[in-house]
Amino acid sequence: MGKGRIRAKLRRSNLYTFACIRPHFPETEEQFEGPGYSRLIYCNEPSRHETKPVKYCSNYISTTKYNFITFLPKAIFEQFRRVANLYFLLTAILSLTDVAPFSAVSMIAPLAFVVGLSMAKEALEDWRRFIQDMKVNMRKAVVHKGNGVFSHKPWMKIRVGDVVKVEKDKFFPADLLLLSSSYEDGICYVETMNLDGETNLKVKRALEATLSLDDDESFKDFTGKIKCEDPNPSLYTFVGNLEYDSQIHPLDPSQVLLRDSKLRNTAYIYGVVIFTGHDSKVMQNATKSPSKRSNIEKQMDKIIYILFSLLVLISLISSLGFAVKTQFQMPDWWYLQPYVDSKLYDPNRPALSGLFHLVTALILYGYLIPISLYVSIEVVKVLQAMFINQDIYMYDEETGTPAQARTSNLNEELGQVDTILSDKTGTLTCNQMDFLKCSISGTAYGTRSSEVELAAARQMAIDLDGNDSELSYRSGGGVPEIELETVVTSKDERDQKPPIKGFSFQDTRLMNGSWLKEPNSDVLLLFFRILAICHTAIPEENEETGGFTYEAESPDEGAFLVAAREFGFEFCKRTQSSIFVRERYPSSEEPIEREYKILNLLDFTSKRKRMSVIVRDGDGQIFLLCKGADSIIFDRLSKNGKVFLEATTKHLNDYGEAGLRTLALSYRKLQEEEYSAWNNEFLKAKTSIGGDREAMLEKVSDMIERDLILVGATAVEDKLQKGVPQCIDKLAQAGLKIWVLTGDKMETAINIGFACSLLRQGMKQIFIKTATDMEAQDSKENLLLFMPHQAVKENIALQITNASQMIKLEKDPHAAFALIIDGKTLTYALEDDLKHQFLNLAVDCASVICCRVSPKQKALVTRLVKEGTGKTTLAIGDGANDVGMIQEADIGVGISGVEGMQAVMASDFAIAQFRFLERLLVVHGHWCYKRIAQMICYFFYKNIAFGLTIFYFEAFTGFSGQSVYDDWYMLLFNVVLTSLPVISLGVFEQDVSSEICLQFPALYQQGPRNLFFDWYRIFGWMGNGLYSSLVIFFLNIIIFYDQAFRDEGQTADMSAVGTTMFTCIIWAVNCQIALTMSHFTWIQHLLIWGSVATWYLFLFLYGMMPPIYSGNAFHLLVEVLAPAPIYWCTTLLVTLTCNLPYLSHLSFQRCFHPMDHHIIQEIKYYKKDVEDRYMWTRERSKARQETKIGITARVDAKIRQLKGRLTKKYSTIGSPLQ
Amino acid sequence: MFTQQELPACKPILTPPWVITAFVSVGIIFIPIGLASLFASEHVVEIIDRYDKDCVPSNYTNNALAYIQSTQTNKTCTRHLIIPERMKSPIYVYYQLENFYQNHRRYIKNRNDYQLRSRAYEFDVDDCDPEAKTERGPIVPCGLIAWSLFNDTYRFSLQNEVIQVSKQDIVWKSDQNHKFGSNVYPKNFQSSGLIGGARLNQSIPLSKQVDLIVWMRTAALPTFRKLYGKIEVELEANQNLTVLIQNNYNTYSFAGKKKLVLSTTSWIGGKNDFLGIAYLAVGGLCLFVAISFVLLYLLKPRPLEDPSYLSWNINPAGLSN
Repeated sequence: MGKGRIRAKLRRSNLYTFACIRPHFPETEEQFEGPGYSRLIYCNEPSRHETKPVKYCSNYISTTKYNFITFLPKAIFEQFRRVANLYFLLTAILSLTDVAPFSAVSMIAPLAFVVGLSMAKEALEDWRRFIQDMKVNMRKAVVHKGNGVFSHKPWMKIRVGDVVKVEKDKFFPADLLLLSSSYEDGICYVETMNLDGETNLKVKRALEATLSLDDDESFKDFTGKIKCEDPNPSLYTFVGNLEYDSQIHPLDPSQVLLRDSKLRNTAYIYGVVIFTGHDSKVMQNATKSPSKRSNIEKQMDKIIYILFSLLVLISLISSLGFAVKTQFQMPDWWYLQPYVDSKLYDPNRPALSGLFHLVTALILYGYLIPISLYVSIEVVKVLQAMFINQDIYMYDEETGTPAQARTSNLNEELGQVDTILSDKTGTLTCNQMDFLKCSISGTAYGTRSSEVELAAARQMAIDLDGNDSELSYRSGGGVPEIELETVVTSKDERDQKPPIKGFSFQDTRLMNGSWLKEPNSDVLLLFFRILAICHTAIPEENEETGGFTYEAESPDEGAFLVAAREFGFEFCKRTQSSIFVRERYPSSEEPIEREYKILNLLDFTSKRKRMSVIVRDGDGQIFLLCKGADSIIFDRLSKNGKVFLEATTKHLNDYGEAGLRTLALSYRKLQEEEYSAWNNEFLKAKTSIGGDREAMLEKVSDMIERDLILVGATAVEDKLQKGVPQCIDKLAQAGLKIWVLTGDKMETAINIGFACSLLRQGMKQIFIKTATDMEAQDSKENLLLFMPHQAVKENIALQITNASQMIKLEKDPHAAFALIIDGKTLTYALEDDLKHQFLNLAVDCASVICCRVSPKQKALVTRLVKEGTGKTTLAIGDGANDVGMIQEADIGVGISGVEGMQAVMASDFAIAQFRFLERLLVVHGHWCYKRIAQMICYFFYKNIAFGLTIFYFEAFTGFSGQSVYDDWYMLLFNVVLTSLPVISLGVFEQDVSSEICLQFPALYQQGPRNLFFDWYRIFGWMGNGLYSSLVIFFLNIIIFYDQAFRDEGQTADMSAVGTTMFTCIIWAVNCQIALTMSHFTWIQHLLIWGSVATWYLFLFLYGMMPPIYSGNAFHLLVEVLAPAPIYWCTTLLVTLTCNLPYLSHLSFQRCFHPMDHHIIQEIKYYKKDVEDRYMWTRERSKARQETKIGITARVDAKIRQLKGRLTKKYSTIGSPLQ
Repeated sequence: MFTQQELPACKPILTPPWVITAFVSVGIIFIPIGLASLFASEHVVEIIDRYDKDCVPSNYTNNALAYIQSTQTNKTCTRHLIIPERMKSPIYVYYQLENFYQNHRRYIKNRNDYQLRSRAYEFDVDDCDPEAKTERGPIVPCGLIAWSLFNDTYRFSLQNEVIQVSKQDIVWKSDQNHKFGSNVYPKNFQSSGLIGGARLNQSIPLSKQVDLIVWMRTAALPTFRKLYGKIEVELEANQNLTVLIQNNYNTYSFAGKKKLVLSTTSWIGGKNDFLGIAYLAVGGLCLFVAISFVLLYLLKPRPLEDPSYLSWNINPAGLSN
């Protein structure tokens, strides 16, 4: 999130920079890639837009997927795009024919239920969207009705060409052309938070020609014609012209007010509607976030294919068997009258019958593919998402935002993350700058330490008793270092809370006007003035307190202004041409308001790395005030301007080490003649047309920004978000790799790297740079243009190879490497032939920091990691520039914090603070992964166990397609009798509690290693299903073979056998799930045992229904089965036999090859953690992945170092003895 | 509590004592049950007599089908059964058919429950093709199942003294009372060209046609027994029971077997050694597992809650699970 980005945008919106030049030129075409320029708008004559070709879309917006008419067909279509559902639909249709082995209702009902449920969810979601849309569409806007009368109209009624009046703090209803505003010079302030997430204000400016249209009356006879570009999504470009008063005025983006941005600080504006509804830029920008699927779900698809093949296979076997039986045996079966009306069983045409039978069989064995799987998973995920949303530990009290799982279908993916790609500003840092220190005229001011310094001090304190902490582990009384850390931090938090936002400076020498007593007070005065004048911010008066807050485009500028205010130089007003500063001196009560006329403003660009203003002060003197990167400023100092150079450089180094952002401040006095000569040049450059305007402007600017006199330097602290270092430490311990991708400068990024412990002393830093970067000089920048592309690339390739070589040759197992690369280099490194080399290098490094990367590059890096390593990536960011990365990664996490909503809207999960990521991954991710994995395995198990019994039985019926179960049993099996326990498994299962997940981060690795959903396990479960089906079927068949099953002598008929078998299945699968679970609340008990009870209840009630409905099940339980002891004996026998292998497997595995969570469960179970606290603490500190980053790694490195010294000492002592 | 996923929960874990207890107790429960059912099964006396072959006169041996299909041949057949052990009353008489697919889909569906139940649905002969109706009207009971009703009859005598076979209570009460109407009388049954099996007395309502009711409860497997009746006298060991069989039913075309079965029952029903054996086997297996578990545990004990088995202690680099 670079300053550069914001700057660049502002430059395009032509804030003040080139304000003095009135005629604007449309942007050159090369900058704008888009459709044609065919749009024609008749201002104030909306009625002319009712016919083609100038009929444009209405301002009604709709983000819904469906409407009342299309809902049914479209939603149904969506549902049946799932192969499984399509298959079930086909079977349901076929069930209406004679081919089907079941009654139609038993095929259609579950499908209708499952599809209905999904569709109801869709409908509900769409309805919510519709309500939201309608709220927007019904907003009222003030629109010109004719004859200078304005009235209210809902937004949706606004047409192209309408003149609208927008009042303060209202949203623009469509894309407007600004005609005039309440300010006489036609400017207005706009907040674009909804568009790009930036909270600062932007200035828009009306054309001079239309300035007079500033009251309602004046629109009576207003007409005009706008010719402009066609609708396109580019927010920062606009090309067109306005024909007004038979003159043609070119239009540019600074006259365009975009829909969904807000009017601020301006009483009202008038504008003409250019783009409405879906033509507006914001709507054109709305991208559908790509739908993502988790790895588990992809793997599940494969399982479904396997099952499908199995299904086809057994269907083929079955139909082959059927054909053979029909041809050779059925003619003998006189009781079937095989030659009369035989339809599907015609012995004369066995092949045809077999073909029909194939269809029957495909339907019959459909139970192998669980119809309710998708719906159950959906339900489970929604509930899991609810738990994530409700987690109190992920609720940010300050902003009142809970975590939000925006797409629930990635829950389990959270448990398998391998690499985290993180944005810096707003994610790791608060995007809040605190003015902390400064160096003026070679004297360092500011006594407060930065967080990095504090952390270092803290580290030192720990390191000093490094041996101590080692010992304390052994003695058992030690507090683990992490806890210590948090204790220290929280204390600091309290002490450090700055009373003023953005200002943590503390030094009595400067505060409260005492700076006047300092020796160099004139330089100090200049320093403060530069702070107060050299910027592009806008003051905003707080009406209650009378104080000012500032809308600056970068937070450090804001911090400067706050600092200047605190020093007594309050920037209070900005007009088109002047800046007003209230200067307060201790000598006088009242502040003196001074006006500085702004002559020129030379803007900041990432290339220039400096900004300057040229002002004329009250005495008529002309000053050039310049602030910029120290290296740039130092190069431009005049000979006599280098007085403080040495001292300042030293201070700047100190600040850099302390993790602070630094800027150097300088000025230059200009003579009138010199200025006007230059200004002419400048104007000429300004008005020149063509692609080299930029270059010319730069060159001219460069001419004046010379011979500067150094005043001092500032150091602001980029505040880390709360808990970030600890969170990174924990994530590293969980075995996650963390990459930082930032738009910031390399220096800042490195500072933050140190602050987060991603970098530390002793880590070998590998810098990959382009050749020109190494010189870091503007003058040589041109070299890059002439340097052949290939040469640069070769150079980079060489650097990468060297670095890889270095890592390979490294012997020390503890050596850690950090890779630091900048955006320019990255463009080369990301090219196809180099990217894998680059990736391999990056993977070998403990931490990777990419600085100066564009949003596009962020996405490219993410894709490279995702596709190159094949592992799960998570991208976390907060700003509009992170959207690409968030959408590209397997999981996108948005920070729902200060910056707008763009990132959140694109994300899959939104959290309020970076530190919640730990809980989201380590607790919820871990749980969800295990839950879903177990749930899917179990699902397949139960359906195989059930489905295969149908197959076996069919073989005993001459492959005729008869099922032993009543249709209703089968219907209920998936939908009611076994679905709730499996949902409870998916929702409530916990292998270990959340605290333990956090205490033992190593447990997280079970997910990325995919221990619970590997093919071994999946096939194990399938085998278990096969075994169960065999046991259930054959035990039952043998027991009920031909003998009487009651002492009244009756033999079992098909319904008795089928029902007993089904009872066994219900018991077996429900006991199985009980064995699978390790966490029983009353809910699980209720659902599992309730399901079993439901079966009996159902059987009882079904039997009570008239025999017309219940058929052979009539009174079955009461009269036939329940009185027979053998029914109960069989149930017991089969249930236990089914579960025996799994139980033994479980016991043996647990006893002889325990997994980590097994042992932790045991420790917890025996309350060993309470008895033996020492052991518990020791294990906790060990339970982490080998990591080379994070606080702990830092401490480890230090301890190693100390130990090394100790052994050296011992060896020197010990050697004489030998 | 609920939303924070912190509901009180029991977290049972399979500790070795638990596992051993579980397996041993399964063994301890299963073995007695197994013994009890074996014991019960042993006390059941069962006589099985296959008569389909022997009841074909020797001149028809090679053409049994012609014999059974002919209306001219004498179908009477006499069998002598020696009672092996004392049989307490009631003695159940079954006929057993083998290789007869009563569970064939075409067969099972070939009935109409409405028609069976109520006279009002007499014309309801859906699903009954090809035995749905004749020129004189619908067939009651319609369908292949009823049409192929078993029609061998047995008459028992002991030293020329006829033993009554009771047909009391050989059907489920619910069938008799609710599924077969007491006002539904057979009509046009077995009157078309092709005669399947037994004829029904047209003056007896379906609810009283117990053989039909038994037959209509289709069997699950191609080998099945159906209750024919009960003998309510005791038979002593070594008594010679004479059975006069009317061998009418055609199983010769599909090489099916016909058996006459006389059996007493116990609480597990008929003679069913398998249940007992299965119980004993599973019980024994459980004990075996328990013992091997104990042995393994003794050989390679793992103290529970011993942290040294944690992966990071086994493998300091933290590479295993």
